[in-house]
Amino acid sequence: MTKMTAFAALSAFALTAGSAFAEPKAEVLHWWTSGGEAKAVAVLQQEFAQRGGTWTDMPVAGGGGDAAMSALRARVLSGNAPTAVQLKGPAIQEWYEEGVLADISDVAEEQHWADVLPARIADHMKCDGHWCAAPVNVHRVNWVWANKAILDANGIEMPKTWEEFNAAAEKLKAAGITPLAHGGQAWQDATVFETVVLGLGGPEFYHKALVELDQDALKSDTMKAVFDEMRTLRGYVDDNFSGRDWNLATAMVMNGEAAFQIMGDWAKGEFLAAGKTPGADFVCAPTPGDAGFLYNVDSFAMFKVDGAGKQEGQKILAELIVGPSFQETFNLNKGSIPVRTDVSLDKFDDCAKMSAADMKADGENGSLLPSYAHGMALRGAQAGAITDVVTAHFNSDMSSEEAVQQLATAVANSM
Amino acid sequence: MTDWLSRHVPKIVLAPTFVAVLLFVYGFIAWTAWVSLTRSKLLPRYEIDGLIQYERLFASPRWDTALSNLFVFGALFIGISMILGLMLAIFLDQKIRIEGALRTIYLYPMALSMIVTGTAWKWILNPGLGIQAMVQGWGFESFTFDWLINPDMALYAIVMAAVWQASGFVMALFLAGLRSVDGEIIKAAQVDGIPTWRVYTAIIIPSMAPIFLSAFIVLAHLAIKSFDLVIALTGGGPGYATDLPATYMYAMAFSRGDLGQAASSAMIMMLVVFTIVVPYLYSELRAKND
Repeated sequence: MTKMTAFAALSAFALTAGSAFAEPKAEVLHWWTSGGEAKAVAVLQQEFAQRGGTWTDMPVAGGGGDAAMSALRARVLSGNAPTAVQLKGPAIQEWYEEGVLADISDVAEEQHWADVLPARIADHMKCDGHWCAAPVNVHRVNWVWANKAILDANGIEMPKTWEEFNAAAEKLKAAGITPLAHGGQAWQDATVFETVVLGLGGPEFYHKALVELDQDALKSDTMKAVFDEMRTLRGYVDDNFSGRDWNLATAMVMNGEAAFQIMGDWAKGEFLAAGKTPGADFVCAPTPGDAGFLYNVDSFAMFKVDGAGKQEGQKILAELIVGPSFQETFNLNKGSIPVRTDVSLDKFDDCAKMSAADMKADGENGSLLPSYAHGMALRGAQAGAITDVVTAHFNSDMSSEEAVQQLATAVANSM
Repeated sequence: MTDWLSRHVPKIVLAPTFVAVLLFVYGFIAWTAWVSLTRSKLLPRYEIDGLIQYERLFASPRWDTALSNLFVFGALFIGISMILGLMLAIFLDQKIRIEGALRTIYLYPMALSMIVTGTAWKWILNPGLGIQAMVQGWGFESFTFDWLINPDMALYAIVMAAVWQASGFVMALFLAGLRSVDGEIIKAAQVDGIPTWRVYTAIIIPSMAPIFLSAFIVLAHLAIKSFDLVIALTGGGPGYATDLPATYMYAMAFSRGDLGQAASSAMIMMLVVFTIVVPYLYSELRAKND
């Protein structure tokens, strides 16, 4: 009962306060609940409070965001959307098409986002030409992580092509070391698959196959070669990989049980947390291939909200997220790199610096590409259809011809 | 007035539950059926667009796998659980000592949630941690037991865990059934010199038909709604080799933003349940009318 009266008093206060002046308010739905991520969100919360805003935190953990999406769906259907929601890639456009995203162009223009964000990435943040989301960070997906001691002991250089990778793996296998640390979860299979597509097909082929979903590209001989390589890679994985989490695979590389892991740069966080230094204990390099940068950009989509206070809060939030100070602190905690190209990288490690330099170079060459495995390139249904085929092929004795056929049909069926 | 009240109180008391069931069960079945006829993606849309979702569903190899897995899993799970449960019950029925303790031991897996069962079996069956590693550690280097990572065998690993969980319960059902058979008949048969196995096959088991039906219905609905065991044991993998309709539906609705697909797969699941439950209800109702 006392709770009720307190609540009533509070809401009465909020009402009067609201009518006197619009206090900026933001309710933020996200699933950054693990150690480093939670710390990073707390930074944003602090900055928001310093600007006089009230932050309502709405963390929904579980299922890699699935649980949060269910919560969001319920909130939107009941006409009470949160101010900002952690969304990324084409999902932003999907929600925009449901007619629930706000326009934050005035903040974006005031802060000159167009000048500091790579164009490819900025496009994801726009809905029909106006800005509707604020990017937080850039993860590079196509990394190979390697145990330096193992490479040195076996006289292996970081492989530059997939042939070199296979040669190195054979050598390691003969020496009794698991060449590739991998976890048998569909998204991890997809992660390896897309780096092979990029490596064997090149950036143009990647774009045709996994962004435009061009049927000829999907059925091409190059794609068959990609599946052949996936079959070869399957042979380099140990027997216990089924269902293994990615961080356990990273630990295998760390402890010298395996030589390589193909994983996005969140794996670096595991190495750093274990007190390993890049270059001395572990090596990072882009996955085999000539060029290309597969990005996974986290962002906050801004939903339509009522009331001056909430709208004001939304603007402040958008400004802070892309602001240089948050970009630096957040990304140092998360292991990714700032999405702004004008943030100083002095405090970042060598892998992050390499990542930032490559992002710039690949951005100019047109080989800065969205990661399909991490929901940046395609909508859920299409990406899921591809992943089904990739993981079915990787975990069975399906031939590459059959996989290519299934891939083309599955993509057509998912539209 | 009081008369009227006393006559109508049962109806008034039951009305809210009735309305709730009408809305939350049948209302939402109707809603799901509607959505399954639309092109709903992230959010439900209500423009009817024909049977497109069902066409997509049956063109999807993953759904094929899920549906045939359901039949294979269901048949094996129900069959093995019943046979094993019946055998355990017959053995326990031999007036042995410490029957109470044995009964508890066999019934105990039922006390665990499917998630716990799944996780425990995941470790037991993991080639690098469980049985395979143990036997190889004893010196049998060539021993392999890799059902969990073998796409052709992973489904049987799930059957194994599910049978382990449910057969004790089936045993308890059958044991109660065995005990309810009239002792006079059995004694009469024994006097006639009929061997014990014949007593079971010709007298006791046939008189337990209703128990078989109950056991079948309980196991069948467990099989159809199986979700947590698959998620905990294999996560639907390797690949999607152990997907079931329930996990397919979950993936479509909550991971892929494809509500139309999810709704259509849910409708098919419901049809499967109907084909089992409707004949059962029919036979029950007819029995009452006789």
